Amino acid sequence: MGGERLKIILSLTPPLLIIFTLFFGGIFYGFLQSLGYQPAIGKYEINFSAYYNVMFSERYAKLFWTGLGLNLWVSFASTFLAAVFALFGALAIRKTFFAKTICNFIYSLNLPMPHLVVAVGIIFVFSQSGLLARFASQIGLIGSPGDFPVLVKDKYGLGIILAYIWKEAAFFFIILMSVLQSLGENFEELAQSLGANRWQRFRYVILPLVMPNLFSASIIVFAFSFGAYEVPALLGVIYPQMLPVMAFEFFLNPDLNARSEGMALSIIIAIIVMILVVFYFWLTQAKIRKD
Amino acid sequence: MNNNLKKINIYAIYLGAIILILPLIAFFINAFSFRWFYPQVIPKELSLQAWVRLKLIPKPGQRTFEGFIDLWASNPAVIKALLNSLSIGFLVTIVSIIIALPAARVLGLLNFRFKKLIIFIMVSPTILPPIAFVLGLNINFISWGFSGNYFGVCLVHLVPIMPYVVLTMTGIFANYNPDFEHQARTLGANKTRTFLLITLPAIAPGMVVAALFAFLVSWSQYLLTFLIGAGKVMTLPLLVFSTASSGNPALTAAISIIFIFPAILILFFTSKFVSGESGATSGFGKI
Repeated sequence: MGGERLKIILSLTPPLLIIFTLFFGGIFYGFLQSLGYQPAIGKYEINFSAYYNVMFSERYAKLFWTGLGLNLWVSFASTFLAAVFALFGALAIRKTFFAKTICNFIYSLNLPMPHLVVAVGIIFVFSQSGLLARFASQIGLIGSPGDFPVLVKDKYGLGIILAYIWKEAAFFFIILMSVLQSLGENFEELAQSLGANRWQRFRYVILPLVMPNLFSASIIVFAFSFGAYEVPALLGVIYPQMLPVMAFEFFLNPDLNARSEGMALSIIIAIIVMILVVFYFWLTQAKIRKD
Repeated sequence: MNNNLKKINIYAIYLGAIILILPLIAFFINAFSFRWFYPQVIPKELSLQAWVRLKLIPKPGQRTFEGFIDLWASNPAVIKALLNSLSIGFLVTIVSIIIALPAARVLGLLNFRFKKLIIFIMVSPTILPPIAFVLGLNINFISWGFSGNYFGVCLVHLVPIMPYVVLTMTGIFANYNPDFEHQARTLGANKTRTFLLITLPAIAPGMVVAALFAFLVSWSQYLLTFLIGAGKVMTLPLLVFSTASSGNPALTAAISIIFIFPAILILFFTSKFVSGESGATSGFGKI
């Protein structure tokens, strides 16, 4: 028995060591710095002034709260829309039709595509001189590029949302396809034979069955889009600015005092994501207990 | 009525597929056109200029075998970044598999106290955003001398990769029967032979998926490489980002095509294994 225990400890130590020193160590050190502890520039006191500055000081408060609002809007909108598109795509594509394999491949094509490339693709397609604007001008809808609506680098984060929809819809699609495949069509046929119409079959049969997987995938997508840097950095504007971009810019600021504020911001992002995940686990656990 | 609805359904799927593929089409037009001005939809002339400017294809007249070799040997920025991305990806993949193998075996086959807690700790980097740990880690790496070099970048790539590799391989070992190993041992095979002839073939398919996936995560890493590499370790995503920010569509498109090529290749090979139940799939959302 003792030998087995030693084996367990020895096997688990290397990956745990990496995660503890690099991941948790990084978070812990970032947290220390956010409290103002910066031995590199001779600051040893510990206080919450960086958090206060970021959230309530006249200089940053407006930037922070609009940024937080943008973060919530972008993450909610893109998660919800990507899930809806993927759900309809997955339901429609189950039937056999011409070129199904190709369509299937295209629908999952964005899955391995790096977010960075998707963001560049959104610029190419949706910018004011992009592919869509050119189509629109060919059919006489618009004259100059300025007539095309600003969809990329816009105040409302539309370009960022588009990029996340593009990318995450493929992710939802794959998950939904495998759930639907494992369910088969028996439930639906049964409901149909009992007289359920199209909408009732969707609302009372399919939706409850795919909901658990859809919901856990949504949490992953939401948490990711809330804390990711590349897409908002390429497709966002200076004001309002999403929090990860703001944190990164604070951090790169030559003024070393801004570094604490950047760390504080990144800790705030992490805390919000953590609250969300805990809430999710609590929700699913509560549901399991109820059932 | 029902038939009409079916037709609408199918047309909607085709429309969706066309919309989804638009960015890819735009990449190719941008990369192979010359002076593709608004409002042209189809470019007036095709050209390899972007590729010539990136020093990937020689100027007209020098496009012989030697021309290509000479050009690539002059070590242009894209080739350098490509080699860096490839070598970091390979190294990190191999190291992560070696580290994850014993851990995944223990987690998949044995039951012990705190197992759930340990799995939770292992997957925590997949939940929290990289910006939460990399800013603090950056300062530590500077004082440890890992900042701005190849080794530090490889080390930091292990953080997002480790959870997926451990998770995927734990799934493999959960469905693995170690009794075959006992049989091989009683028949006289030593530990190495047992591993090579019994264990490895059984876990190989799953391991390949984990490896391809680990490579892809490393391949598409921007923020971690940028911060820890401190501008001294250039990889493809960094090059795509800086070219895209400077706003030259042709060059950006050409580099992007090189950048996404392995991703599409990997999807092609793994599409059989990628499903909602696989641990690796959840990571695809984060690349």
